[in-house]
Amino acid sequence: MTKMMLKTEGDTHVVVTRRFAAPPEAVYRAHTDPKLIQKWLLGPEGWTMPVCINEARPGGKIRYEWTNGKGAGYYITGEYLELEPYNKIVHVERMHMPDPTPDNHVETRFDADGAGTLMTMRMTLPDAQTRAAMLATGMERGMEASYVRLEGLI
Amino acid sequence: MLNLDAAFSALADPTRRAILSRLAKGEATVMELAEPFAMTQPAISQHLKVLEDARLVVRRVEGAKRPRRLDKAGIDAMDQWLAMLRKALEKNYDRLDEVLATMAKHKKGETR
Repeated sequence: MTKMMLKTEGDTHVVVTRRFAAPPEAVYRAHTDPKLIQKWLLGPEGWTMPVCINEARPGGKIRYEWTNGKGAGYYITGEYLELEPYNKIVHVERMHMPDPTPDNHVETRFDADGAGTLMTMRMTLPDAQTRAAMLATGMERGMEASYVRLEGLI
Repeated sequence: MLNLDAAFSALADPTRRAILSRLAKGEATVMELAEPFAMTQPAISQHLKVLEDARLVVRRVEGAKRPRRLDKAGIDAMDQWLAMLRKALEKNYDRLDEVLATMAKHKKGETR
């Protein structure tokens, strides 16, 4: 029921869906409250997020900094474009390693699904090349997966 | 050693993805690969070169023919990388499940 689905769409999109056993309000809050974000948006074991700035209003800033405690780290910055509590978040973000990557436009929806929530995150990259680079670096949130399998290729 | 940037860049092109799909079914010559596409053999050869440089495809010599097949080592390495990333993302959402469970408990506590 909670199995994550990740697929590429067209040349420039990546779509992630996941179900949660909590109402949209709670899932939305977990995506916009820095204290809550720092508890889960961490990627691989051993990483932490010492800096979490999240101004959840249109035009508000996002800045997440991760570290593995052994000298490695990176950060993303972004801005909110649109927030519809507790249904929809639209923001742009870019990763700094340290040069910034092209903007990733992200629309996240939280739809009531029985007593839980179906989250749908739709990322739009400027072009196919950028999406490929994003998948190769593992990008923000250690997220991009099974590109090849997802395309049903191999 | 697999160059992930090269591998993913190679996959960013629809013709090259179609070539990989075809090779997933088995070995094929350049002529066979060119057939379903409205492309010349040199154009297909150019795509094959990108796939070979990315270590996703290898060629074999058989007389005058150079049949191509998937490079298992390269594809496996890429799969391992992807599996690792997928795991990291799933780990995030497993942690979020716990955060949500804790939030629900606190909420219950408040309304009591």
